[in-house]
Amino acid sequence: MSDVCIVGIGIHPFGRTDGLSGLDQGVFAVRQALADAGVDWPQVQFAYGSSDAAGNPDTMVDRLGLTGVQFINVRNGCAAGGSALFSAQMAIKSGEFELGLAVGFDKHPRGAFNALPSEYNLPDWYGEAGYMVTTQFFAAKIMRYMHMFDISHETLARVAEKAFRNGAHAPHAWRRQPVPIEEILAAPLVSDPYTKYMFCSPAEGGVALVLASEKKARELGKPLVRLKAATMRTRPPHSFEVFAPSVDVVADDSAPRGTATRIASADAFRLAGIGPGDIDVAQLQDTEAGAEIMHMAENGFCADGDQERWLAEGRTEIGGALPVNTDGGCLACGEPIGASGLRQVYENVVQLRGDGGDRQVPHQPKTAYSHVYGAPGVSAVTILER
Amino acid sequence: MRAIAEGLFTDETPPRLLGGRERETGRVVFPCPAGNACDPVPLAREGRLWSYTVQRYRPKTPPYAGPEAFAPWIVAYVELPGEVIVEARLVDVAFDAVEIGMPVRLVQVPLDPEAAEPLVIPAFAPIAGGRA
Repeated sequence: MSDVCIVGIGIHPFGRTDGLSGLDQGVFAVRQALADAGVDWPQVQFAYGSSDAAGNPDTMVDRLGLTGVQFINVRNGCAAGGSALFSAQMAIKSGEFELGLAVGFDKHPRGAFNALPSEYNLPDWYGEAGYMVTTQFFAAKIMRYMHMFDISHETLARVAEKAFRNGAHAPHAWRRQPVPIEEILAAPLVSDPYTKYMFCSPAEGGVALVLASEKKARELGKPLVRLKAATMRTRPPHSFEVFAPSVDVVADDSAPRGTATRIASADAFRLAGIGPGDIDVAQLQDTEAGAEIMHMAENGFCADGDQERWLAEGRTEIGGALPVNTDGGCLACGEPIGASGLRQVYENVVQLRGDGGDRQVPHQPKTAYSHVYGAPGVSAVTILER
Repeated sequence: MRAIAEGLFTDETPPRLLGGRERETGRVVFPCPAGNACDPVPLAREGRLWSYTVQRYRPKTPPYAGPEAFAPWIVAYVELPGEVIVEARLVDVAFDAVEIGMPVRLVQVPLDPEAAEPLVIPAFAPIAGGRA
């Protein structure tokens, strides 16, 4: 089977853009991606679009042209962008199409996501008591992990400090001012152990990727960035997820529990025929500082507990053995749900092309990994190769 | 004082939490879901702290129905041995004295102590003299 290639990328800067709808930002990204690929909208045979809170992506045909193109909308929590990309590559792999689009955008209100119990099949009292708060879950999850594997507060702060420092060099990032590690640690707590700098915020933004069959990519004369694997998986039994009034007991609770991420990651490596040690740059879901820590292990890059040493030694810095979140990740870019997973792939293509400027990973990276995770236990992974 | 919802506690004194045992698998969950997939099962009163955090800002209303004047509180996950890990408040302990593994016992606390007819929610408190 021939590979699927990413031949065009576009992004609308993340953050807050008053006066532009989420859809506007998606259209902006599509036009940039088409120009980058050197193709016109009428050549696009299909599109998958993801948005959680900013309307139906397919309505953008109004703006791009009524060509009759097949356009399917995807909603899949935080894995929405990854799911759009997965679907798009399947459409090409199947032989049905040669050129298509994965686009994601969003625009969320300020402040934490406001969830209601009925949307999650939970009783009303659970929300009345104050438990429909995503930050609580993320905090309780890392609290347990820190206890099990001796992760320090300073290591959490190192992740956030790196994010803002990397974001400063990414034109599409939102928070582009470095913050000293002391300030991160001394900032007000949101949910212990996390201070306000250790959580990302809901945001806005748009990303588009043009995908092509290998044959089509060669015709377009683009450098071949191959999508070697794209997986999306749901959770196994006993995992600890957001909005959980109860969690299963397990016989041996000293080992980490299974997660959607572990499944999606293992399957992606199997499909790509390579291992974690072969990856040159990685974008890992970091909706909070501890997520990057846990996801380093869940994706197979290090053992549980080794993160303490990895961060202290700078191994995940842009010049380190495995650069992680080179554009500052969700911590610096914010999280527009529909676009977030595609931003990671955008950043990986930038890195593989060598276009990263001041945030470019040295020594011409050849492989790049992306990972998203979200409620209620969904995960999507991609592996790119050039 | 009335419970925040029907079916959370047993009627005895002191009360226990009411979980649900899935008929097909034996898995215990909390609270006991409506419908007939689960049988109600009273849960152990005592367990150990599995994880926790402190809620430092007032959750959004709706759905939060606690007092307007907000004071931070502890959200705990408590492992009831061999049964299930349940989410509830943790009370009667300073934030910096909380330790994962500490033994705790079920209590009831009012969601809004100032309310005319306070509703009680499940909580746990450290067992005096208990050791982690």
